[in-house]
Amino acid sequence: MYWDEDVEKIDRNELEKRQLQDLKASVKKASLSVFYKERFRKIDFDPDSIRSLEDINKIPFTTKDDLREYWPYGFLSVQKDDLVRMHSSSGTTGRATVIFHTRGDLEAWTDMVARSMYMTGMRKSDVFQNMMTYGLFTGGLGFHYGAEKIGALIIPAGAGNSKRQIQLMRDFETTVIHIIPSYALHLSEVFEEAGVDPRRDTKLSIAFLGAEPHSEKTRIKVEEFYGLKAYNSYGLSEMNGPGVAFECPFQQGMHIWEDNFLVELVDPRTLEPVAEGEEGELVLTTLRRQGMPILRYRTKDLTCIINGTCECGRTHRRIERITGRTDDMLIIKGVNIFPVQVEKKLMGIPGVGMNFLIILEREGYNDHMIVKVEVQKEFFSGDLKQLENLRRKITEELKSDILITPKVELVEPSSLPKSEGKAVRVIDNRKD
Amino acid sequence: MIAYQLSIFAENKPGRLAKVTSVLAREKINIRAITIASSDAFGVINILADDPEAARKALGDAGLTVSLKPVIAVVIPDKPGGLDKLIQLLAGQDINIENAYGFVLESWEKAVFVIEVDQIDKTQHVLKASKFETLDASALASIEPFHYMKY
Repeated sequence: MYWDEDVEKIDRNELEKRQLQDLKASVKKASLSVFYKERFRKIDFDPDSIRSLEDINKIPFTTKDDLREYWPYGFLSVQKDDLVRMHSSSGTTGRATVIFHTRGDLEAWTDMVARSMYMTGMRKSDVFQNMMTYGLFTGGLGFHYGAEKIGALIIPAGAGNSKRQIQLMRDFETTVIHIIPSYALHLSEVFEEAGVDPRRDTKLSIAFLGAEPHSEKTRIKVEEFYGLKAYNSYGLSEMNGPGVAFECPFQQGMHIWEDNFLVELVDPRTLEPVAEGEEGELVLTTLRRQGMPILRYRTKDLTCIINGTCECGRTHRRIERITGRTDDMLIIKGVNIFPVQVEKKLMGIPGVGMNFLIILEREGYNDHMIVKVEVQKEFFSGDLKQLENLRRKITEELKSDILITPKVELVEPSSLPKSEGKAVRVIDNRKD
Repeated sequence: MIAYQLSIFAENKPGRLAKVTSVLAREKINIRAITIASSDAFGVINILADDPEAARKALGDAGLTVSLKPVIAVVIPDKPGGLDKLIQLLAGQDINIENAYGFVLESWEKAVFVIEVDQIDKTQHVLKASKFETLDASALASIEPFHYMKY
């Protein structure tokens, strides 16, 4: 039932004692990096001055902008030689944020992912079909190594190619899948078209839903259609990737692995801790990471901490489903997109006017991104073909950057809301 | 001779053409011919008007995205085979027609065929050599009085 019972059921006092010890070490380790060395000097902070967990308040928050500014190696606390892997976030505004791992970091991460999967009942006898992109994205490789550590048979299917996914599930009797929730819904239509009933024709019993927030309703839909238990997975590349927080069989929130992360929940405006049970922005500190420790990282994800002990016996606190973001990042088909990314691309294309609008629509189980783009008045030569070429060019340029294919619509100049001030750049019409 | 056609970029939704015609009506600009080419969510309204320069200014002032485009307005006989002779000539010269539309000037006498082509200079030359009459903006503007005089 437990992957690591001593850690998972650790007494809270004992946990906090260990956290303090690890926090001290982590802050010291971090102070070796260019970024934290400069930051600590600027605020006259002594890395040895951490006496309690509350002392973390002396350290300023770290943001994605900091990671970008000190790209690529400014956060390293070890020599480059000691690194064995890099990953990168999918949503990028300008430079991608990159995270580096030492061999020990990868082992610790892998262990947390294995712990998470094992918690839901996955065992070495399982056949695990990993339907996530392998590569820079952390979801594919993160789960791959976790499953390998458990000893399951892995089918590294990767993302997409629905018909082959179904074929693999049937041929090799897949029992566990890792899948983006919106893709799970989409795939159900492919199952229906093919006349395959996953409850009857497959051996599926567990699904890990990750890489994008989803509702309880979506979970129930997936569970009912596939005839399995679906578990919510939370992570972000800055904090390794998957395996930060995960649901246990009781499915009442995600246990956040506090032996590896120090958890804070703050009001995104005042940056003060929120009252117990209230919603706030999740702020995380790595406690064990050696290659690239990050202190008080603002995840921009909004959630609540669930108080009280879980029936499963684990003492690590739980967080609710992510309810939103404190920035304007969009997640579509598991890909993180910032509107400013779209803006940057668009403004580099001749013929594009001042304003644009992103509309997210859900058609059946398929999510679409529509980008309305104003045409520059002077650009228009009276030629329909010229407009069609412009639309094609915009579509291709955006696709190369945001990785999904938007539906581009050209609109008349000055027909969209103006870009100055707090312009509405995004309309999200996706509903369950 | 070269004529000028107004091309207006418009989203494919109710009211866009109404906006165009209301401006032209207010400015007392007469429309000789009109076509619409649309591509999904947007399109181009092409208008042959009696005063294209004034029309462009009025439409532009009204906030529309408009451009003046050179076209060739060829006079052809309004009888069977009248158009074919012109088209065969252009095809024989490897001239591609990007867009075209026509209207009758005098029933059973004369029609005008308006073409957008890929090689406008060559087309003019070819038409002149084959004795086709082409109309420019002022000729197009002055058609109507003659037309009425027939009655």
